[in-house]
Amino acid sequence: MKRKFRFRLTRRAFAYPYMIFLLLFVVVPLVIILINAFLDENSKLTFANFVEFFSDAGGGLTVLGNSLIIGLVTTLICLVIGYPCAYFLAKYHASSRVFVLMFILPMWVNFLIRTLSTKAIFMALNVKLGMGTVMFGMVYNYLPYMILPLHTTLVSIDHSYIEAAEDLGADKMAVFLKTILPLSLPGIVSGITMTFIPAISTFAISEILSGSKIFLFGDAINMHFSKTTNSFGVGSVMSLVMLVLVVVANVIVNLTSKDEEATSVL
Amino acid sequence: MDDKIIEIKNVNKSYSDKPVVKNISLSIRRGEFVTLLGPSGCGKTTTLRMIAGFEQPTSGTILFNGEDITTLPPHKRNINTVFQKYALFPHLNVFGNIAFGLKMKTVPDGEPKTDKRGNTIQKMRHLTKAEITEKVNNALKMVDLEDYGHRAVNSLSGGQQQRVAIARALVNEPQVLLLDEPLGALDLKMRKDMQLELMQMHRQLGITFVYVTHDQEEALTMSDTIVVMKDGEIQQIGTPTKVYDEPANAFVADFIGESNILSGTMVKDYCVDISGHKFECVDKGFKHNEPIDVIVRPEDIKIVAVNDKQCLIEADVLSCVFKGDHYQVTALTHGDERNEIVIHDNVEVKVGDVVGLYIKPFDFHIMHKSRLINELDGEIWEENVVYMCEGKFPCVTQLAEGTKVHVKVDFDDVELVDDEEDGTIGATIISAIYKGSYWQYIVRTDDYYNFFVDNDYEWSIGDRVGIKIAPDKLCIEEVKDEKEV
Repeated sequence: MKRKFRFRLTRRAFAYPYMIFLLLFVVVPLVIILINAFLDENSKLTFANFVEFFSDAGGGLTVLGNSLIIGLVTTLICLVIGYPCAYFLAKYHASSRVFVLMFILPMWVNFLIRTLSTKAIFMALNVKLGMGTVMFGMVYNYLPYMILPLHTTLVSIDHSYIEAAEDLGADKMAVFLKTILPLSLPGIVSGITMTFIPAISTFAISEILSGSKIFLFGDAINMHFSKTTNSFGVGSVMSLVMLVLVVVANVIVNLTSKDEEATSVL
Repeated sequence: MDDKIIEIKNVNKSYSDKPVVKNISLSIRRGEFVTLLGPSGCGKTTTLRMIAGFEQPTSGTILFNGEDITTLPPHKRNINTVFQKYALFPHLNVFGNIAFGLKMKTVPDGEPKTDKRGNTIQKMRHLTKAEITEKVNNALKMVDLEDYGHRAVNSLSGGQQQRVAIARALVNEPQVLLLDEPLGALDLKMRKDMQLELMQMHRQLGITFVYVTHDQEEALTMSDTIVVMKDGEIQQIGTPTKVYDEPANAFVADFIGESNILSGTMVKDYCVDISGHKFECVDKGFKHNEPIDVIVRPEDIKIVAVNDKQCLIEADVLSCVFKGDHYQVTALTHGDERNEIVIHDNVEVKVGDVVGLYIKPFDFHIMHKSRLINELDGEIWEENVVYMCEGKFPCVTQLAEGTKVHVKVDFDDVELVDDEEDGTIGATIISAIYKGSYWQYIVRTDDYYNFFVDNDYEWSIGDRVGIKIAPDKLCIEEVKDEKEV
């Protein structure tokens, strides 16, 4: 008996197109980056790229440190601005659909266009480009990513918890500090992830809004891959460092949220 | 006078013009166990939430120890609530949940100070850790959860969560404990146990309990006073015995316990006519031949032999079911208009037997009918069409378009149809009472007009139906003069 190959449309079959896409555009590029990191200009095996980066010869490590600090500050500012914003949006939920939309709306415009227009506004107002304008651009860009998860969490907090707290003698401040804030912790964690990780890897914002004075890690990687410098090896090493950082950040975030669940189950 | 802890005076509550609580007045004595009883949507929970402070009345006042607390926020009231779904804080463990209220609390620190103006000021302090621990442990002991302090609330069973919720409320030593259907989520056995425990706690602590439930048995078991509510109105306030034995109206009788509800007329004082049979009763003061509702509890009917001199009426046995401590017998009375009667007795009878029934005069509970005819206001829309209750009903009339009219329809002239689309307007059944030979329904249109309907067919509460009225059954009168009103 000959076994005939029959294509069966199972649920798994629907995953194939994306698997192929993933393979071509995620796995293969990653492998190329990995290989590139160990090659010099003449395609010979070398560790020089790593040495160059970690010895801070080209200032790569300093840029990374700056990026991390700016990423942290951006995330902090986003949280400080975003939390009250999400809180009031959630509190006046019924009438706030339009307002939520207003906060999401900037995300519909390409971020380069947004950033260039921000620069144009600063120029028109005669604001000196520098760290301040870069921070503004970063916060402006990543604020929606902070507000959205916070808003989702805050909206889903059962109102009976708030009533229970009031019933037990908590005034408005205590209700917020003792119930709403701890209950919204998962939203805070995912807001931080969604802001911090893109913020440390961002490029163009700092370059555009600082008049090419401030370089962040993303910009540095971008520069290494440009035609003029053509140092793919070091660029690849930096990309790998970035990747590791993102993975580490994710693991930390996952651990803290796991702790959350763990304590609530125990 | 002074022992009233809560007084509710003429309280109304509406949500966007939809009345939920209508002009309720109620006073609760100190130490009393009061149950607000009624079907869902009767306003009992809203009333409780107004006492707790989560809702504010649209009008009316609520007094607590004689002080007006109508607009006082919940955290300033010495009242605690056990919520329907417990609402235990998921981010705190059992200990943390119970300690929550204690951490909010301040007590005088015992060293009165004198300020610059010479006023003595009682300085307030928070409770110490040791005090809180002691109180929480006592509360845990009270609800039999001594070793559960460190446990996360999600890891507890429903019954245990319920106990934590009760401990969390009681640890604050409130003057009034509000309980919003606290046993609704528990299984039957657990519910029975918790009922007894709650009653015991009430006796021991001596504080006032206000309990909300739709379970009439729970209410009868636990309460000192039952407040029966329906449609945002209080139907009856009384002790469980009083509410059971002397229901104020057909609704209360139907809602609490099983009952035979029949239509009759009062022939004269001490004599009631039910479907052509005259019975002796103990009620008087009704108008001559006034239509009334008669309520007889199944256990108040005695089965006797047909030739017995006690026999008041003969009936055919339709069914006889053994229920453990009694037989539940349904029987169809003899006569021109036959009624189906439910009897609880400890004699076994056979289906098809003819039996005699005896009812003591004081077991006939006679009450005024809440409505005798549907009366509505409308307007003539066009020729032979009247517009009322947001619907256009065909009718027979000579009145001109635009005339304001008053419309009357008998209960049994309102037709109900299964398909909403087939009726002139759609409506929901909100009450169904079996009256021996037919069902009496109250149906409510989407715009809150109530129709009383007598009908042979069976619908359930909550069913959607269409309302149809034959054109010639609408009795239309022109509204002559507005000054009349």
